[in-house]
Amino acid sequence: MTTGDSIGWLGVPLAIMAGAIRGSSPFLLVSLGECLTEKSGKINLGLEGTLLMGAMTAYAVSYRSGSPWLGVLAAGVAGAILGSIHAWLAQLPRVNDIAVGIAMFIFGSGLAFFLGDPYIQPMAPPLPGIALGGWSSLPQIQSALKISPLLILGIVLSFGLYWFFLNTRWGLFIRAVGDNPAAARAQGISVVKVRTLSIMAGSFLAGVGGAYLSLVYPGSWTRLVSSGQGLMAVALVIFARWDPRRCLLASLLFGGAQAVGPALQAAGVKSYYYLFNAAPYILTLGIMIFTCSPRRSLAGAPGALGSGE
Amino acid sequence: MTPPMGAAPTEPPLTNWRALVESFVIPTGAVLVALLIFGGFCGLAGASPFSVYHSIYRAAFGSWYAFQNTLIRAAPIMLCALCTALPMRLGMVMIGNEGALVIGGLGTVLVGAYWVSAPHYVALTAMALAGMVAGGLWIMAVGAMKIYRGVNEVISSLLMNYIAIAILNHLVNGPMHDPSSLNKPSSYPVPEANALGNIPGSRVHFGLVYGIAACLITWGLIEHTSFGFKVRMIGGNLRAARMAGLAVGKISLLVCFLAGAAAGLAGMAEVAAVQGCANESLAAGYGYAGILVAFVGRQHGLGVLLVSILLGGILASGGMLQRQNHLSDATVLVFQGIVFLVILYSESLYGRFKIFQTRAA
Repeated sequence: MTTGDSIGWLGVPLAIMAGAIRGSSPFLLVSLGECLTEKSGKINLGLEGTLLMGAMTAYAVSYRSGSPWLGVLAAGVAGAILGSIHAWLAQLPRVNDIAVGIAMFIFGSGLAFFLGDPYIQPMAPPLPGIALGGWSSLPQIQSALKISPLLILGIVLSFGLYWFFLNTRWGLFIRAVGDNPAAARAQGISVVKVRTLSIMAGSFLAGVGGAYLSLVYPGSWTRLVSSGQGLMAVALVIFARWDPRRCLLASLLFGGAQAVGPALQAAGVKSYYYLFNAAPYILTLGIMIFTCSPRRSLAGAPGALGSGE
Repeated sequence: MTPPMGAAPTEPPLTNWRALVESFVIPTGAVLVALLIFGGFCGLAGASPFSVYHSIYRAAFGSWYAFQNTLIRAAPIMLCALCTALPMRLGMVMIGNEGALVIGGLGTVLVGAYWVSAPHYVALTAMALAGMVAGGLWIMAVGAMKIYRGVNEVISSLLMNYIAIAILNHLVNGPMHDPSSLNKPSSYPVPEANALGNIPGSRVHFGLVYGIAACLITWGLIEHTSFGFKVRMIGGNLRAARMAGLAVGKISLLVCFLAGAAAGLAGMAEVAAVQGCANESLAAGYGYAGILVAFVGRQHGLGVLLVSILLGGILASGGMLQRQNHLSDATVLVFQGIVFLVILYSESLYGRFKIFQTRAA
């Protein structure tokens, strides 16, 4: 970390802003994926495994083919394949979607570690960023504003998904299935088909989020490449109240909060580093305690979520 | 959840021998299918499936020495599984096991490392109580958030895991830091005199006894006491339980406390018998494994006991698969994932085979 050296305390807000831009993309993509999944009435706790599998696949394919974009696509496909397993198992009678999610988390991360061992050493071509900071002479601002195309994709998707849920036929199907599967079935909508496609598309996005981890930032494949973004997706979606636009806000907040600890450390504050790292979790918990009520479910929550239907 | 037409009840009455056979054949079949799939996977990775099976058997159950390795790993899993299994009987899905284990371990260190002069058994009892109270309060907080504020317990307990690990990292790098631990920041060690010993004649520490006792107590408490009946009533129909005048809040908080205490005790055993101090190795995934064990063991004290030993065996075979079959250490994770996915799938098969149904129905 050199951020704090030359520009002193100004480095702290700058580093947090840079962290929000750099660290938010995996949160954003994976939370959009989880949002899409949960809108259809099922929860996927296994996205951490999907994220790791995506990171590994993207890195391996990028290394083998030399094309990082092919890696991104492969990561999405790998995610969707894991998603199809989750979709199949989580919709069986008497099978709990949370349990399947945890099992998929273990299976996905195990598979990623197993297949990824040969790719820990070599260097894969990374995904280039788009430099938007040319107007400033400060190198910190220039590096902070080097935007990854995947972040732009995420931003477009967060507004696009919002529009999709409100204005399209399929968006209505997903909301209907998520709120009241029995009523949706009575309307002739295939609940299994809608949910399977939603879960697979959500996992595709989580896989792409993983590609960001290994091809952009931190930018290499190791077993520690993810810092729990996949598990946190569930919390982010609640934070965002199942609104894709607010997923963007939540991701920027979580990405920025991740950078608070390192930024303060660079500025000389050594103690409480680890507690600052937990800030987003404490914040989410606090918001939930203040906004939930034992008498009604959260505004915006899909009706069938967690009901086993 | 509405079971499909013709499905057998999830908990068959003991008098129905067909259902009893079914509840034995289906899980056994699932484990065999999982072994087949895993064998295929190892085959694709270039290892002979039969040699892999042999390694697993030898490393997990093949000899008394190997079986002890299995039991050492099964002990914390049992206790962690109860942390999910108990609240599940109330209808709560608690996944805060990892956090409760970590906090329990920290409580243990606080008492064990700073209260040195007490006699052995007094110190051990104090450490166990500290671990249980710390873990118990941690999960009770999740329960309280659910009951008084309606906060979804899946999310809050997941967040509490991360908060617990942050507290652990803060303490072992700051206030509790042992300057002599260079590679892996750790807390001050629990003095050798206060370490949890082994069961006489074995290499298995007393955590296994805690685990088995906790499973048996859970089984007795939930299935055979009026308190357990109340718990099952709340889980079965919350509204009816309220109408019947049960103190739903108090009972739920107590069950959450017991659940957290079990995971806290696992943390105590890890600190006092395995690690000797608190460090990041406490969050080694026993908590997440425990969640699955609770589901697969059907939230039943005895089921949890059996499945924990099975999983302990899987984990124990990791080293052998690495040495004998030249497979990555991640192979065990894949194996664990496959076994659990297949067993979860098999849950949907109950009632699907005609041979297990009583004809009169």
